[in-house]
Amino acid sequence: MNASSICNLFWAGLLAIGVCGGANAQGYAGLGTTAEGFAVPQPNTPLRFPQDHAAHPEYRIEWWYLTANLTGVDGQDYGIQWTLFRSALRPGSQDQENDANIWSNSQIWMGHAGLTTAEAHYFDERLSRGGLGIAGVEAAPFRAFIDDWHMTGTSEEIDQIQLFARGDAFAYDLSLIADGPLVLQGNQGYSVKSAQGQASYYYSQPHYRIRGTLQLPEGPVEVTGDGWLDREWSSQPLAEDQSGWDWFSLRFDDGTKMMGFQLRGTDIFTSGTWIAADGSATPLEPGVLTTTALSTTQVEGRDVPTRWRLQLPERDLDITVEAMNANAWMGASFPYWEGPVRVSGSATGIGYLEMTGY
Amino acid sequence: MIWAAFATILSHWRRHKLQLAMLVVGLALATALWSAVQAINAEARASYAEAAGQISPDRQDRLVGPEGQVTLAQYQTLRRSGWQVTPVVEMTLGTGNRQLELIGIDVLSNPLLADLMATQDDADAPQTGEPSTAQPPTPADLLLAPGRMFAHPETQFPTAPAGQSWPPIIRSEQVPRGLGLADLSTVVAMAGTPDRFSHLVLLPNQPKGVPPLAEITPELRRQTAASGADTAQLTESFHLNLTAFGLLSFAVGLFIVQGTVALGIEQRRGLFRTLRSLGIPLKTLITIIFLELFAITLLAASLGLVLGFVLAGLLLPGVSATLSGLYGARVDGSLTLQWHWVLSGLAMAVGGMILAGAQSCLSIAKLPIMAPPAAAARGQQACRNHRRTAAVGALLLLGSGILPVAFDGLLAGFVFVGALMIGAALLLPWALSHLLRFGTQTARGPLAQWLWADMRAQLPGLSLALMALLLALATNIGVGTMVSSFRLTFVGWLDQRLASEMYLTIPAREDPAAITDWLTENDVRVLPIRHSDERYEGLPLEVYGVADDPTYRLNWPLLDALPSVWDKIAAGDGILINEQFARRENLSPGDQLRIASDWEAEVLGIYSDYGNPHLQAIAGLDLVVAKRPSISNRRFGLRMDETQIAPVRQQLQDRFDLPATAFINQSALKAQSLQIFDRTFVVTAALNLLTLGVAGFAILTSLLTLWNQRLPQLAPIWAMGITRRQLAWCEILRSVLLAALTAVLALPLGLALGWALLAVVNVEAFGWRLPMALFPLDWLRLLALALLAAAIAAALPARKLSRLHPADLQRVFSNER
Repeated sequence: MNASSICNLFWAGLLAIGVCGGANAQGYAGLGTTAEGFAVPQPNTPLRFPQDHAAHPEYRIEWWYLTANLTGVDGQDYGIQWTLFRSALRPGSQDQENDANIWSNSQIWMGHAGLTTAEAHYFDERLSRGGLGIAGVEAAPFRAFIDDWHMTGTSEEIDQIQLFARGDAFAYDLSLIADGPLVLQGNQGYSVKSAQGQASYYYSQPHYRIRGTLQLPEGPVEVTGDGWLDREWSSQPLAEDQSGWDWFSLRFDDGTKMMGFQLRGTDIFTSGTWIAADGSATPLEPGVLTTTALSTTQVEGRDVPTRWRLQLPERDLDITVEAMNANAWMGASFPYWEGPVRVSGSATGIGYLEMTGY
Repeated sequence: MIWAAFATILSHWRRHKLQLAMLVVGLALATALWSAVQAINAEARASYAEAAGQISPDRQDRLVGPEGQVTLAQYQTLRRSGWQVTPVVEMTLGTGNRQLELIGIDVLSNPLLADLMATQDDADAPQTGEPSTAQPPTPADLLLAPGRMFAHPETQFPTAPAGQSWPPIIRSEQVPRGLGLADLSTVVAMAGTPDRFSHLVLLPNQPKGVPPLAEITPELRRQTAASGADTAQLTESFHLNLTAFGLLSFAVGLFIVQGTVALGIEQRRGLFRTLRSLGIPLKTLITIIFLELFAITLLAASLGLVLGFVLAGLLLPGVSATLSGLYGARVDGSLTLQWHWVLSGLAMAVGGMILAGAQSCLSIAKLPIMAPPAAAARGQQACRNHRRTAAVGALLLLGSGILPVAFDGLLAGFVFVGALMIGAALLLPWALSHLLRFGTQTARGPLAQWLWADMRAQLPGLSLALMALLLALATNIGVGTMVSSFRLTFVGWLDQRLASEMYLTIPAREDPAAITDWLTENDVRVLPIRHSDERYEGLPLEVYGVADDPTYRLNWPLLDALPSVWDKIAAGDGILINEQFARRENLSPGDQLRIASDWEAEVLGIYSDYGNPHLQAIAGLDLVVAKRPSISNRRFGLRMDETQIAPVRQQLQDRFDLPATAFINQSALKAQSLQIFDRTFVVTAALNLLTLGVAGFAILTSLLTLWNQRLPQLAPIWAMGITRRQLAWCEILRSVLLAALTAVLALPLGLALGWALLAVVNVEAFGWRLPMALFPLDWLRLLALALLAAAIAAALPARKLSRLHPADLQRVFSNER
């Protein structure tokens, strides 16, 4: 199979655009196309829980995105990723919900799972359309799933979840318990993505304590660690000129955390959230965070920055973020880089880095 | 000067239009036969190549349900337990050449579409009456109504089912002909069964640690993917066969050319002498002759290519039938002009012409300027050459005798056949010469003695044509023996296989039990014909269950078996396999064989199964039903008294309201099988006849070549009182006698060829070894045909002779050179 052709066909197309990765006029993977017919995030709309843990089919895209930094009993560091994407091929109002043909469902689900060690990176992908009982998100108890991959809560809430995925070379089965509150990103969950006002609804649960087992080609490994869940939905999160983003979720050794991102367009747009040790969150004003790529690595024929300098003067923060494994490339239907990072400099810690549009 | 010489040489053809026509026709025929075979081969190969380059829905393992269907619930169960499977719906719409196979796939999870899109650049212009073709589709186009359908540019769409219309069609060479590929949402809308699939495709990379299929969906069966490699090997040998035939045809055609060219040069000997006396250098003369031949060749080859194209078009359906009948390989019935066979045709024609012209030019080069054209003397010299060619021929025959002992395989078979044929052809003049000497010695009366002696004298001039006849006759006998042996075996085998007096297929709406009960009450033995479709290493494998009945014990054509094989089959202790299966896997009775993932059995015996391109096995009915409980039970063989057939059928129809199509009489089935068989070999028969025709033509040209040399020899006989009419009859008799002698020599050669085809080539090409049967009546018919051809070939010179003015004969004496 030719990865780039599938890329062209599926992911780009799912978002109604024929471009795969790279810089383009309508943003990474078409996320910058217009939202006609779909609902658009509005500021000052309070998020409601547990309802908002479930899917929002009236918006074009949505994801349940969990990353975790883990340490094995063998002393090795590991990173895992579990993501369920939802994409609507057309606005829900046009969907013939009563159509006897269950195959004409316009909701497409895509699962990505990754497992990164210092030497290796494994990933796999699942695709299904909605309405078949193979993929979706159920409310009570909370359960996001595709095939046998799942993120299952004990109730409608997501403070205790079980996480499972497997590919042809790896698997993981993890228990996650949150020891802090949900964090609403941006302005009470309304996260602006460009100077033109493109935005998404965005909240996180960055306080998961994790225990579980990884299955590697070399055998099983017991692990413990920390996880971070991002929930985001929108219909046009990028401006047309934005080609991709670099997104950091960092966990410092003093208990504070930071989410920061930059969107690369004609101008660089940066934003983020500072999370105190007690879980209280402060939005970072656009532009206060500066990011500098220090060095790049050739991965799958692309130059990907795998060492960064992040500066946040208002918090006296000047750190270097470096990939634990520079080859953490997700060569899926739409390719991107996603992997664990180590933090050094004015603060130390660990975290996850996601880079798209390279 | 050169132009003048060239024009002078060319002027010969103006005066001998028939001869020119013969040269052109001979070369055109040779080119036509060769290029027709090449065109057929090229077309078939292009078809395979195209098929290999196309998406193939068969290349992955699949899961199939007991009733040929998989449910949505089973699909969900598999996906939710981690198995990477993707559903496929297949349905057929329309009839005849407007029949369309629709395949619905889940474009999200099936890699087929990605393969297709990888090379899909632009959409072709829509055909009339079809919905317009869209630009490269987005997933939304494919997934949401009306969807898109992928089809080959030449695929014709039948009328859409009532109340529905075809989605926009995207034309792609990647899709096999006669197939429409679309997302499930599109096909399911037409099929109306969203929760039923034809099968599930198992994707290549399955996750680690998923529960075994037998636990989660025990009712589904796994079938392995088709490989298709065997077909390629088999069809390759078939094409080698055809190529050999084409080469033979060309060789036979070349004899004509050789004859005509020799004639053209022979007749112009005086002219050449004059030209050379006038100062044309030998080199220039030979160059001019070759230029002339080259021009004629181009003309003839072009004609031959056109003729070959037409011929290939006529033969191709037969070849397609053969290939699909014997190997299951599909070849399209249409022919396209391909440059490489055009070039090969031209090259063969030019090469052949050079070969044929070289000998004649050599004789001119050797000719002393002033030497008289003493035909007889050169003839005698040729006679001495007999021994040399005979020695080469004998060596070749000797070599061919060693080949089959020393080497194995198809190529050795062909080399053997080639050496045998050429060796025998080279030996022919020597052998004929001896036969004729014997004839001369035993002849009574002066006229008979003269006739024999004259024949011997003419032998050098006719030997090439007679070699052509020998090859044509031997090929006819050899190939005829093969096909007839095959047919005889096939008929005998059909008698064994189709032992039941009548075959009954019960329609789905009827209850089989009620009908079979009634039949049993009426003294009809009911033999269920039940089979399960399995896959063995990706190839289709049919496993039949047979009841314990004398029909099988008495009739089944076993090639090899363990003792008391039928008792063991009845007890479920093992299986029988067909010869193809045994040869492919090199199995013999007593071996263990795994015919499916959950089914291992001992091979108890091997049976012949001619004409079946697929693997097949037979097991006891109880065993098959135990292994595959859900196989359908609607076909039966009915054993009864001959006289009962009509009444039983009538009563069945009346009582159970069965349609006429539910019954097949044994005789009808046999006729149908034989029809398929005969269609398979129609190409061989056509090529055979053509070759013989060409050989007859070669004799005609040779006799015409000899015509001018004949007069000096005939004139004295005429002067002694034999009438022109008698002499004309002698001409015909001579030709017929030579043909008859050649035919006698062709018989052993043909039988040797037949043996080689059956024992060596056939086993490699078809996968079966056949007993050789002899058909003396066929030989007689062929002999008659050869004599007729020789008589017709001699008729023209004979007629010319009988009408010859006495003055012309007299002139021989006054004008003796």
